[in-house]
Amino acid sequence: MILALHPTLIVSAALFSLGLYTVLSRRNAVAVLMGVELILNSANLQFAAFSRFTTGKLDGQVFALFVIVLAAAEAAVALAIILAIHHNARSIQVDDADRLRDDV
Amino acid sequence: MADTLYLAFLLLILASAAIVAFSQHIVRSAFALLLTFFGVAGAYVFLFADFLAGTQLLIYVGGILVLILFAVMLTNRISDIRLSSESRGKGRAAFVSLLAFSGIVVSELCIPWPHKPLPDQPTTAGLGEALLSDYLLPFEAISILLLVVMVGAAVIARRDWRRPDA
Amino acid sequence: MLSHDTVAALALVILFLPLASFTVQIFSWKRLPRQGDWLPTSTMAVCLALAVALFANMQAAHDPAFRVAASTTWFRVAGVPAISMGLVVDNLTCVMLLVVTLVSFLVHLFSTGYMHGDPRYGRYFAFLSLFSFSMLGIVLSDNLMALYIFWELVGLSSYLLIGFWFEKDSAAQACKKAFLTTRVGDVGMFLGIMILYLNLGTFNLAEIFHRLPEAGAWATTEFLGLPLLTWAGIGLFCGAIGKSAQFPLHVWLPDAMEGPTPVSALIHAATMVAAGVYLTARICPLLTPAALTFVAVIGLTTAFLAATIALVQNDIKKVLAYSTISQLGYMIMALGLGGYGAGLMHLTTHAMFKACLFLGSGSVIHALHSQDLREMGGLRRKLPLTFATFLIATLAIAGIWPFSGFFSKDAVLAQTLASFLEHRDWHLVFPVVGFLVAAMTAFYMFRLVFLAFTGSPRDAHKHDHAHESPPAMAAPLMVLATLSFGFWYLGWFEHLIASPATALPEALRAAQDLSAGAAQALHEHAHHLAVLLSSIVAVSGIALAFLFYVLMPELPGRVVGAFPTVHRFLSDKWRFDDLYRHVPVMLTLHVSALCARFDRAVDWVVNAFGAAAKTLSVWAGVLDRDLVDAAVNGIAERVKELARTARSFQTGQLQTYATFLALGALALVILQVALTDSSFELPHLLQGWSLSEGLNLVWRP
Repeated sequence: MILALHPTLIVSAALFSLGLYTVLSRRNAVAVLMGVELILNSANLQFAAFSRFTTGKLDGQVFALFVIVLAAAEAAVALAIILAIHHNARSIQVDDADRLRDDV
Repeated sequence: MADTLYLAFLLLILASAAIVAFSQHIVRSAFALLLTFFGVAGAYVFLFADFLAGTQLLIYVGGILVLILFAVMLTNRISDIRLSSESRGKGRAAFVSLLAFSGIVVSELCIPWPHKPLPDQPTTAGLGEALLSDYLLPFEAISILLLVVMVGAAVIARRDWRRPDA
Repeated sequence: MLSHDTVAALALVILFLPLASFTVQIFSWKRLPRQGDWLPTSTMAVCLALAVALFANMQAAHDPAFRVAASTTWFRVAGVPAISMGLVVDNLTCVMLLVVTLVSFLVHLFSTGYMHGDPRYGRYFAFLSLFSFSMLGIVLSDNLMALYIFWELVGLSSYLLIGFWFEKDSAAQACKKAFLTTRVGDVGMFLGIMILYLNLGTFNLAEIFHRLPEAGAWATTEFLGLPLLTWAGIGLFCGAIGKSAQFPLHVWLPDAMEGPTPVSALIHAATMVAAGVYLTARICPLLTPAALTFVAVIGLTTAFLAATIALVQNDIKKVLAYSTISQLGYMIMALGLGGYGAGLMHLTTHAMFKACLFLGSGSVIHALHSQDLREMGGLRRKLPLTFATFLIATLAIAGIWPFSGFFSKDAVLAQTLASFLEHRDWHLVFPVVGFLVAAMTAFYMFRLVFLAFTGSPRDAHKHDHAHESPPAMAAPLMVLATLSFGFWYLGWFEHLIASPATALPEALRAAQDLSAGAAQALHEHAHHLAVLLSSIVAVSGIALAFLFYVLMPELPGRVVGAFPTVHRFLSDKWRFDDLYRHVPVMLTLHVSALCARFDRAVDWVVNAFGAAAKTLSVWAGVLDRDLVDAAVNGIAERVKELARTARSFQTGQLQTYATFLALGALALVILQVALTDSSFELPHLLQGWSLSEGLNLVWRP
């Protein structure tokens, strides 16, 4: 039975870990943002799955809605920041944004 | 029938997410993300979240993905796309993500979830009602948030970003 | 006739004027015109005038018992009789005052010519003033403490003046020798003073003489075979042995000739060396017969010893120096034999003619720039005035009538004959040696005259440049030569300077085996004999000198050739200097070398302690640095490393932070799930595992 809770949850967990992987390992700031979107999507999927299979109410979907809105807002701001950094440093490698580094 | 389609969508999600994660080309990652969004939207449909699916497509694909693509185009030279997508610390990231995956999977598998299916009916009305009754406050808060975000993003992304006293 | 108060006041003025002139002179001689030589000279002239007044007063009073005393308490210490300071003026004092001020004034005058051009001209006069003050202090003191103080001051003045030309090594050595040798005598003097003070409780001489007859047992207590009082007398006399250059402390006087010749005239002929004779005269009342014999023998030995050495001296000043020692021996011998008046008369006449002789030799030295007799000759033509005065003084010292020396020496020799006639035993040695010394004196003094003034010059170059002295130097010579005639001293001296009564306790007095009348007759007899004998002896001495140095000039060389050892012995001054150098001086140097070695050992110990302390502190430093500091720094280093480790988390990399975020969030989630949800049911695949509280994974099949 694929159309069931557990497979959905497993897939959503995989989606989450892939998104996490993307966030942690990619050097391009936009790629990191993409990873974040993946994570958010995995959370949304889980919300929807729980709403469908365990609670029988729409609360999960309401939450997912909110998440989408927030994701949009966050993406906008993040991209604005990336563009600003790009104007200043001519680079969007996350490695280069290390001005807060504590030199040992 | 539904099972197979659902499975297909799930596999689409996984595959495209994999491409997003592992691709060296940023543009390929962006388009793979598009496919992931599609996949998720499709999964929503099978999970009786029709309004959510539409919203997903509208916002994510029509808004966020376009935004991402703009950013990609604005911040990269086409010629050195390859170099700008190299990743570092892959082992560390892999470890953490695998840890996360196993942790989530094990814990959610062990929890005895109750079994209460959702009735198969359109959800738009129900969502609308919920938003204006139980979740009124978050709804209003998000409105304000969106306003703030708009202004903030515009300010941050100004071209002539100068210090006030310069 | 002056009142007693006036006399005392005059005496005080005479005493302190030279002190005032010294104080002014020593500080400001560079600022005064002519370097201030007029100041001490005129001061001395005033003192002379006052002394003449006192002397005239004495002659007018014509009283042998004339005596003025004045004293004041100096300080009191609890439990001890008060120490007082005072002066006494009697006939002897008046004579001495006159002698001292007169010779001092004449020497001042002479020095203005002799010392002309010396770089420290002014300071010389200051020292002369200091000396005059000190000598007058000795003469005027009424107590032994004050006498001792002035005694030492006189020694200091002598030191300063002998070593006036201290650039000369010989002068520097000589003044040291003088001071140290007289110091040896002063130790004995101090012991003598202390014996008297501790037993009688006073320093005042009059008081001592007053208390002595009822003294008590202490005076007769025997110490090493002699009564304590004898020891006191000998002790006090030791000071005289030192100061008056008697055997065995005579060695400093010839060396003292390194000083300027006027100084030799003043100090080492007329006054300072006479202080010993003066002291002996003053303490006569307390000298026991044993002490008196000791005094006489010392005097005789000295007289003979010095006369023999004077025979072979080639330096004009050295001849005069040994002559002085010899004559001082005469004076001391006379006092020891009981001839109080004789000894003091000889002191007075000797002061005059010896000063004249020394100043005359100064005139010769000034003219020739040489002191060696072998370079002189025929000076009577070039220095006629000097020759005349010198001849007069020499006739006086030889004892030829009518010069002063005849009368005083005759008195001394009469005393020696009288003592022999009285005792008729070993006392024979006194007259025999006494007349022998008189012969020798005449011989060597005329040897000096003939070698220097007669014949042909032995050094033509020096002779050509010789010239007579300026008036400042000639006048004193004339005055002193005039005073070398005998008539000045006749008629009053023996009457006014009377022998004092003895103050000895009954037990220590000499046995009187002759009545007063018999003694008087004996003395008369001796006197007549002495007149005859001394004249014969003196004339023969002169004749022998004439033979040796005028008629047959090669004779001295032949005699010396016949007795080379004797001549060498005499030339070496009987080897006294060698003896003293080898015994006491070497001993002292060895002891001081030993002490130095001991001191070095002490130094070694102290340095060892220092080195040990240094080593200890080095170790402590090492400990402190390597142990304590290492520990403290080590802790600091560990903390720094810890901090470094902690700081290494802040990479500034976004993804690092994201990693930790993720891990942290995961941990929280898992914890929450594990801890709150204990009723797990695993799917059949995972049966057997359960997540219980505390996350203990237990396999339950």
